[in-house]
Amino acid sequence: MLETAQQAGRNPGVGTSAAPIIRIRNLVFRRGRNTILDGINMDIPRGAIVALMGPSGAGKTTLLQLIAGQLRPDEGSIEINGTNVSTLSDRELYRFRRNIGVLLQNGALFTDLTVFENIATPVREHTDLPEALIRRLIMTKLNSVGLGGTEDLMPHELSGGMARRVALARAVVLDPLIMLYDEPTTGLDPIAVSTVRTLMRETNDALGLTSLIVTHDVVQVSQLADYCYIIASARIAGEGPPGELAHSKDPGIDQFVNGKVEGPIAFHYTSADRQWSLLG
Amino acid sequence: METNFRFTRFTAPIQTAGHCLLFLLRMLAGLRPALAQVQSILQQVYLIGARSLVIIMICGFFVGMVLSLQAINALEQFGASDQVSLLVGKSLFRELGPVLTALLFAGRAGTAITAEIGLMRATSQIDAMELMAIDPVQRVALPRFMAGLISVPLLTAMFNALAILGAVAFSIGVQGLDPGIFWSKLQTGVYFGKDFMGGIWKSLVFGGIVSLIAVFFGYTAKPTGAGVGTATTNTVVLSSVLVLIFDFIMTSFLT
Repeated sequence: MLETAQQAGRNPGVGTSAAPIIRIRNLVFRRGRNTILDGINMDIPRGAIVALMGPSGAGKTTLLQLIAGQLRPDEGSIEINGTNVSTLSDRELYRFRRNIGVLLQNGALFTDLTVFENIATPVREHTDLPEALIRRLIMTKLNSVGLGGTEDLMPHELSGGMARRVALARAVVLDPLIMLYDEPTTGLDPIAVSTVRTLMRETNDALGLTSLIVTHDVVQVSQLADYCYIIASARIAGEGPPGELAHSKDPGIDQFVNGKVEGPIAFHYTSADRQWSLLG
Repeated sequence: METNFRFTRFTAPIQTAGHCLLFLLRMLAGLRPALAQVQSILQQVYLIGARSLVIIMICGFFVGMVLSLQAINALEQFGASDQVSLLVGKSLFRELGPVLTALLFAGRAGTAITAEIGLMRATSQIDAMELMAIDPVQRVALPRFMAGLISVPLLTAMFNALAILGAVAFSIGVQGLDPGIFWSKLQTGVYFGKDFMGGIWKSLVFGGIVSLIAVFFGYTAKPTGAGVGTATTNTVVLSSVLVLIFDFIMTSFLT
């Protein structure tokens, strides 16, 4: 059983003795001539809930996709539990992804399958469990997200919050090592936000996971995350426990955390290819 | 820059064709005699094949009627209207049955396949599968491709049957042609192997072309509303053109 950061009673951020489960070194990723991520270094300790914040288009979701192996970095390495995911073959990567649970922005439930079948899909794909055991497993996971009795519903019959909770149950059904959340509470009402947030913390601690959350929600981060990275202009602009970042004197971090218009994070889009001009 | 643009315009279709063939190989590499895969293919045969049956049957019936109408009008001038079943049978089994079925299938099922897979891409369902270590090509594309491959020949046979029925309804029911002559000419002049099965083999190729284009364009659609719309249009246009081109090529070799 993995020891979670909270159980260990320590700050799980950088600098603790906990061995990092995710280690990113000198990561560079480009799209064409645009450098999306440039020289990213991160250490995410076992059991921690770590938030990735930053303005839209800063490369947060790209970083998540790199960690999940959906994209390959141009330079640098990403190690998860000692395995460099950026050098794995496609077949090895598919096998390795069983260790990773991902909750995408809209839940991404399979619209032609019931709630039960949605959660059962990865179980049927990767295990040979008997049907009775699969049923018991799915019902346990559904109950753990407070949605017992919804197993026969179709995704279009669920509210946004319920769909997100079903997607969470599906993501953790194979007991992954790490959970990646891509803006998990976007578009939800405040009650659903609190419910999902509570579930994320409970799931992380109960299953001994390590969670990485991409979010814009500063309040969510302060209430949920143990440690936070702020990405801006392709680099890590700041990092630390959310409480410290809230009082940071760094102009970029201050602008982002307090939602200021004026600051070093530019309002205008800057293109590498051409100059934009009102005069044509 | 201009030369580069022209060069890209020339090479892009070749590149797409190459990607499409690699996609086909990737699908076929995943073919297994597994019960779950067979079930999945049969489910798609029902969804895209059986559900296309009504439109195929209606169109087949009316194609048979209009074909016999035109044939009788033309043959009457030579006093040979009793040869109508021969003309209808040959043209239908060899050409019209396979080609029209493939075109109808592209419009009815091909578009549905592209739109469905494209929408799965746009709503991150394909991403979710990849992240769950489930290969979406095997899970989503392969069953639909195989179902198209199986369905089109069966639908062609059904189209042919209903077209003959339409021809019977018009020639015998409306024009008053002798039923004995109609059926005997059909039986003696139209050959099962050369005419009927020749058309069925063609339809197998057409089914493969339409299904491959439908799944490929759906899978590679841009994840936006406009992207899915463009992919759906491209499926109909390209599969229709390719069906007609391949029809000529195969007819040249088969006859």
